[in-house]
Amino acid sequence: MLNLTSNILDKILSAEALLIGCSAGGFNLVYELVSALPAEFPLPVVVIIHRSRRYKSSIEELLDTKSQACVKLAEDKEVLKKGIVYFAPPDYHLLLEPEGCFSLDSSEPVLFSRPSIDVTFKSVSDVYKQNVIAMLFSGANEDGAEGLCYIRDRGGLIVIQDPKSAEVRRMPEAALNKCRGGLVLDNVAIHAFFTSITSCYK
Amino acid sequence: MEEFLHTGSGADTISFEELDELVLWINKLHGLDFRDYSKASLKRRVTRIMELRNLTLFDLKSLLINDFNFLEEFIIEITVNVTEMFRDPSFYRALREKVLPYLASFQRIKVWNAGCSTGEELYSFAILFAQEKLYNRAFLYGTDINTHVLEIAKRGIYDLKQMKHYIENYVTSGASGTLADYYTVEYGAASINHSLKKNILFSVHNLVSDGVFNEFQLISCRNVLIYFNVELQKQVLNLFYKSLCPLGFLCLGSKETMRDPELSKYFKIVDKTENIYQKIA
Repeated sequence: MLNLTSNILDKILSAEALLIGCSAGGFNLVYELVSALPAEFPLPVVVIIHRSRRYKSSIEELLDTKSQACVKLAEDKEVLKKGIVYFAPPDYHLLLEPEGCFSLDSSEPVLFSRPSIDVTFKSVSDVYKQNVIAMLFSGANEDGAEGLCYIRDRGGLIVIQDPKSAEVRRMPEAALNKCRGGLVLDNVAIHAFFTSITSCYK
Repeated sequence: MEEFLHTGSGADTISFEELDELVLWINKLHGLDFRDYSKASLKRRVTRIMELRNLTLFDLKSLLINDFNFLEEFIIEITVNVTEMFRDPSFYRALREKVLPYLASFQRIKVWNAGCSTGEELYSFAILFAQEKLYNRAFLYGTDINTHVLEIAKRGIYDLKQMKHYIENYVTSGASGTLADYYTVEYGAASINHSLKKNILFSVHNLVSDGVFNEFQLISCRNVLIYFNVELQKQVLNLFYKSLCPLGFLCLGSKETMRDPELSKYFKIVDKTENIYQKIA
């Protein structure tokens, strides 16, 4: 078990969504985490992973059969529900509307990325304010760092994968340089963090 | 474990409430109505303009009132105008294989590309029609709320660097011949051939406030509805329904599935992944 302070536990209990951003080298960790989710995880989970639109990928379908939780692509104007894992569709930015549903956006890529982790992180933070948990894992560019700062500045909880345990360090390293004040967890601790979320809602 | 929790001192450049107010302002000043647009996307774009130009909300409002040119530029920048030739090659493949053979039975084929932006999609349609020897029977309308992008569309001159990417799309779509057959390179830019322009008309139409203006065999409106809220989406789909001839086709963006049960009973799904529908009732 992770030893989390009451401050962090409070933030977990008041959270309205858990966000995960990653790119190159982050897929395996996301795969393990989502596969291990219980059928009734207490939060909606939103995953922004960079992938090319040129290749049909079926991460969602694969994980949906593997995990007890429902895993799907986020759809335009779909209302977020707890316990469901939403993947950002390739080639669109994923935004959150004030009424609690997604919007897709096909405007310019940000840092060569669409979906952009920064864009989703900021948009969700605009709606849920301090009640957001955002995690950033392995990746080969600097997307996500700015979004993490934005969430931190608004009182959300941020978690960065320890670059030492990341397959590609650049993304978590950029986040650490730009954005102090988050939890820095290795892979074992990240798994434990998820278990803590489930158990602290019981 | 490092821990340093913030209390939440970060302020938004513009809040959702302020955005609502701004939208009402724009409606009064300019006449365009963004009330039923997706708020999240609008907020992002307004925020970007304010940050790039270093404007407070107060600055922004006074510029909008006092500087008509700024108002025009602002309108251009808050609407998304990202488009490509042959974007989603698999869509064009489906169009060629499942829709055009059917359209070939019509004597006149009228096409409406709603929210055409800078015209790349409508020219892609024109090319497809030319290849299938349907161009001379077709008339293609491109409409947008934005006069500025329509000017670019009419010119039909595009960056050569982008053309490289469009050629990839074109090849992936399985089209025959080469894209270069349809444009000429002048002064480092690609200029769409005149022969492709003769049955094309670009003009202003506002999906929020304007109504039916013709009857079409094919309507394409891709990656536009995502910028609208559910009510406006429904209203616009209804406009398309009324603008289609019996058995006419409707093409939506690859992530714009028609989910409203009220509307979807009037349409048959022609291609589920590409979101191509046919009016059946």
